[in-house]
Amino acid sequence: MSEREQHTPPLPAPSLWPIGFAIGIACVLVGLVVSTAALVIGLVVTLVFGGLWVRDLAGKRPPAVAAAPKPAMATEADLNATTDRATFLSLATVGVGGLIGAGVTLPALGFGVLPSFVGDRVETKEVDLGPISNFPEGQYVIATYLEDPDLGEVTRRTAFVRNNGRTEAGEPSFTTIFSRCVHLGCPVQPNGPIDEEARQEVNGVELRPVLAASFGCPCHGGLYDSEGNRNAGPPVRSLDRYEFSIRNGNLILGRLFSVGDVDGTGAKARISKYYRAYPGVHVDGIEKWLYPIPTPGSTS
Amino acid sequence: MAKSTRRQQLEAVALYPVDWLEERSGLVGYTKWFLFRKVPHDISWAQTLGAATLTAFIVQAVTGVVLAFYYKPDPASAYASVQNITEEVTLGWLVRGMHKWGASVFIILMFFHMARTFLFGAYKYPRELNWIIGVLLLALGMLEGFTGYLLPWDNTAYWATVVGINLNATAPFAGPFLAQFLQGGLDIGPDTLAKFYALHMLLIPGAIMALIGLHLYLVVRLGVTSPPWSSSSAGRPRPETDGSRQGLIREPGTPASDGGQE
Ligand code: HEM
Ligand code: FES
Repeated sequence: MSEREQHTPPLPAPSLWPIGFAIGIACVLVGLVVSTAALVIGLVVTLVFGGLWVRDLAGKRPPAVAAAPKPAMATEADLNATTDRATFLSLATVGVGGLIGAGVTLPALGFGVLPSFVGDRVETKEVDLGPISNFPEGQYVIATYLEDPDLGEVTRRTAFVRNNGRTEAGEPSFTTIFSRCVHLGCPVQPNGPIDEEARQEVNGVELRPVLAASFGCPCHGGLYDSEGNRNAGPPVRSLDRYEFSIRNGNLILGRLFSVGDVDGTGAKARISKYYRAYPGVHVDGIEKWLYPIPTPGSTS
Repeated sequence: MAKSTRRQQLEAVALYPVDWLEERSGLVGYTKWFLFRKVPHDISWAQTLGAATLTAFIVQAVTGVVLAFYYKPDPASAYASVQNITEEVTLGWLVRGMHKWGASVFIILMFFHMARTFLFGAYKYPRELNWIIGVLLLALGMLEGFTGYLLPWDNTAYWATVVGINLNATAPFAGPFLAQFLQGGLDIGPDTLAKFYALHMLLIPGAIMALIGLHLYLVVRLGVTSPPWSSSSAGRPRPETDGSRQGLIREPGTPASDGGQE
């Protein structure tokens, strides 16, 4: 073999079909995010141009290569005519081997992937923060608790709770902010002095009053005002909150939800409430269309 | 005369195990094929970056196995076991340090090596496949770093992983599922640590080793590219394209040379 031949790239003849194929792929990707119709159109375009492209390539294949494999391998027509013992045995080996392989792989794969999606391993449980008298009106209290004591420290969570007194309708009002930053989930800190002397523990929940003028995130400098609205930095919405209820005079934290923004303050606040979404995900405005799937498991 | 006969005898004795092995396995021949091959005459230290990356990976593999002797991948004891390795176990501080700093060295060397192959145009025909394997290696290397970072189970590790997982979660469509898979549930929990440990020390290193094998096979098969400024490759006429694939497929076992220089 001469040097010339050795370095010949097998260049296919120029063809325009790949461009159509690429447009189809782009359409599929956009369709995945935006709409099913665009997705279907994209798929059709991709398949049509892909087919044309492949036909083009196959048609231009030099005869030497195209013809060569023929005698070596039986085509489908040959197989249908007669299946000899060797062919049957190799097909049977592949078939049985495939079955055994699938029998081993599928359960393992299922075991590897499914447990993450069925059954909530760390679910949001109700948390009893103790008597509401522990929450002085107009002041934030840092409440730290274990979401699931059986699972241990890894489920430690922090809430910022402020007693707002009563709404105009006479209902008790609490601001219940979850400490996870809605940029990417770091623990947000209240900006202001913590009154360590007034620290107390009420059935496993640690309560520490704090003068929080705002909340800051140590990771990338996200800054929120005292209602949890974003003031600065990379976060994309307001801090998540808990639903709450009052049972036998105790404040109970319930399910978490996401907040687009908060209008007004304290008992007069109007909160735009959405299903809980992952941090970094827009829940309102046109940007929300970029995030079509809410947190799995957050349906209700 | 006597001396040289004696010498021959000695040589035969010394080489006997090698011959024995070669006759029964052919491994000596393969090793020679792998190691003693022609390379362009004008290569330099730049071409050693791949081997340096390989060395860094081997260091990680060895120190990682030793660390696994003493590490306990369980939320209640992981942090304490890492403290124990650093402060109590003899030479533990050294091995942990090698693994920790070596991780950065490995990633940095991968980037240098990638830059070398890119700037030298070594990703071009017929080496595209080796570039693609390299990209997979790069991705797996980064994943190795991501999963390993959680293992000390301190606050840096924990919150960095929270951020990393949430970063994944913002990808359209697949994101939330990827995040939930990595967490092993709706939030980071006890399963996350064990999962990251298994990924970090079994799955990803295994995949990396397999891909390195393929990568090196292709390097030996295709030969190392001569530099773009090389006199031996400059001005080689670009052959007419007749679409023929003949001459591209080299019999295994024949040495590959690029540009025909020593
Ligand atoms: C685990 C990581 C890797 C190892 C151990 C490794 C190892 C090697 C070695 C030993 C060589 C021989 C030539 C040389 O040293 O330059 C090589 C060549 C090559 N590598 Fe890597 N590599 C790794 C990652 C990558 C990455 C991330 C890329 C690019 C995306 C890449 C692309 C290439 C290419 C294109 C060649 C052929 C170079 C030539 O023929 O001149 N490799 N690799
Ligand atoms: S995680 Fe809070 S600013 Fe990035």
